[in-house]
Amino acid sequence: MNWFLQQSINGLALGSIYALIALGYTMVYGVLRFINFAHSDVMMLGAFAAYFLAPPMAKVFSAQSYSGALAVMVLSAAICAIIGILIEILAYRPLRRRPKLTVLITAIGVSLFIEYTCQHQSVFGAATRPFPKLIPERDFQFGGLSVNSSDIGVLIVTALLLAGMWWIVQRTRVGVAMRAVSFNERAAALMGVNINRIISFTFGLGSALAAVAGVFFSMRAQGIEPLMGVQPGLRAFTAAVVGGIGNLPGAALGGILLGLLETFAGGVPGLSNYRDGISFAILILILLFKPAGLLGKAQVEKV
Amino acid sequence: MKARGTKRWLLAALAAAFVISYFSPHYNRYYLGVAMDVGIAIIMAVSLNLINGYTGQFSLGHAGFMAVGGFTAAKLTLVTSDAMFPVSLVFGGLMAAITGLIVGVPSLRLRGDYLAIVTLGFGEIIRVIFQNSQAFGAATGLTGIPRLTTIFWVWGAAAVTVYVVTSMVNSTYGRGFICVHDDEVAASAIGVNPTRYKVTAFVTGAFFAGVAGALYAHQKSVMQPDGFGFIRSIDFVVMVILGGMGRTGGVIAAAVVLTLLPEFLRQFASYRMIIYSLLIIGLMMARPQGLFSVGKKTTASV
Repeated sequence: MNWFLQQSINGLALGSIYALIALGYTMVYGVLRFINFAHSDVMMLGAFAAYFLAPPMAKVFSAQSYSGALAVMVLSAAICAIIGILIEILAYRPLRRRPKLTVLITAIGVSLFIEYTCQHQSVFGAATRPFPKLIPERDFQFGGLSVNSSDIGVLIVTALLLAGMWWIVQRTRVGVAMRAVSFNERAAALMGVNINRIISFTFGLGSALAAVAGVFFSMRAQGIEPLMGVQPGLRAFTAAVVGGIGNLPGAALGGILLGLLETFAGGVPGLSNYRDGISFAILILILLFKPAGLLGKAQVEKV
Repeated sequence: MKARGTKRWLLAALAAAFVISYFSPHYNRYYLGVAMDVGIAIIMAVSLNLINGYTGQFSLGHAGFMAVGGFTAAKLTLVTSDAMFPVSLVFGGLMAAITGLIVGVPSLRLRGDYLAIVTLGFGEIIRVIFQNSQAFGAATGLTGIPRLTTIFWVWGAAAVTVYVVTSMVNSTYGRGFICVHDDEVAASAIGVNPTRYKVTAFVTGAFFAGVAGALYAHQKSVMQPDGFGFIRSIDFVVMVILGGMGRTGGVIAAAVVLTLLPEFLRQFASYRMIIYSLLIIGLMMARPQGLFSVGKKTTASV
């Protein structure tokens, strides 16, 4: 029972990270109908932004303080939001009216460009770097359960961000505009919605979430390197599809589900080597029975 | 490519491959290696084009079939003898085709992004299985595979692939692929069973990918599971799209260009992959219909 609870907490923490990244995939899909392959690299850039911001922030605030960690996270999120908006303006906006596959390949190109540029020795280099400790490492004991401070941090921050996202999308004017663009872009434009601004906003928001996820992911990982985004990005993309792509609660649910599955599979002896495969296998099973994802609506094709 | 006279083209290509191969000891080894890489890329891209281009099913797991073919064929050669090489090639292809059938039957009911994610997932599962099976050397993979692949086998197999895909698509039966691509509902209304056509395209594509993997294994002499992940599949998808989905000639040209490009960029050493990615973005902006598409299209664009 203890083992079960312990794995659940680990899985929830990992799943929260996937959920944050998956939200970016699904939001961009909602407004532009394509999978933004460069999203996982934005997450990596967020981790590197935090890596370089941590020392100066440690001087301003005290080292390994919660306020310092918060400042690092907010600044990394802001940097990534700008990067995300720039990617959209430079690479995707000129292709807005083109077939979606064209945009998809461009997104793959952007992703490769970021990865290879960052791997170049004059940028970050390909070597793995140790990620600085942002918050005091402490294990909290709850009757036999030990919970790491970074796990608690990721759970609280994700809960707050998910609530914030729900509020933005459901309760603000810009959220209404986002849903309108997602529902019917042309009609939204006719109703006076500035499409370009909404799409920029969506990219900024998604990229900021990816940056936060990148910081938390790096806290748990061995170190950071330019290709660190690929595997979690793949999981998050999977999570977004499992939840029903374009559906925000679906992405969060899918992310948490995938994190739990991966952690439980990793905890079973003999299965741990197959961990990467198992999450995909279960994903495939889900899609075979719910072809539009868990929360997605099946679309009836009209002739 | 015209349907008429394709058999003559096939024979001419096979003969040319044989003649070139006969003189191959006189050529520079580096150029020979690159020429084989190009041939293998053509097999992969043309077979993927049957699935992604003609039939319109977006698959992101083609490298997985390459891995199945490569590992099983290499294993067969290693446990038997070098003389079994041609059998190994076919065996690798058949194993990949069987995998394609197992993957295809359940997943081809899905569409668009969902199919893409499922094929991607299967590709990753195949990689993880090879990484963990002792029979195939686990994470280090197979080493010491005899170098039996010659230019004749590569270009011969490429010619056969092009011939089979072209003949299939241009046959009465094969029009069904394009029909499924254009409109599934209309296809089933006129008696074309979309699932059957999709599975046929998938299994055929997987077979040739398996043969390509077998050739690759016997060329490089090592097979590592890590080399057949999602990034590898993306390489072939880029070739198909750059060649102009569903145009075999264009796809061949794209396979040649995209394999040679990194070699030409070798002098820029550390910048070459950056330039490669910028070229992909630039080409998509300048020529989204595919780099080599000229003349009339045979299929509707997606």
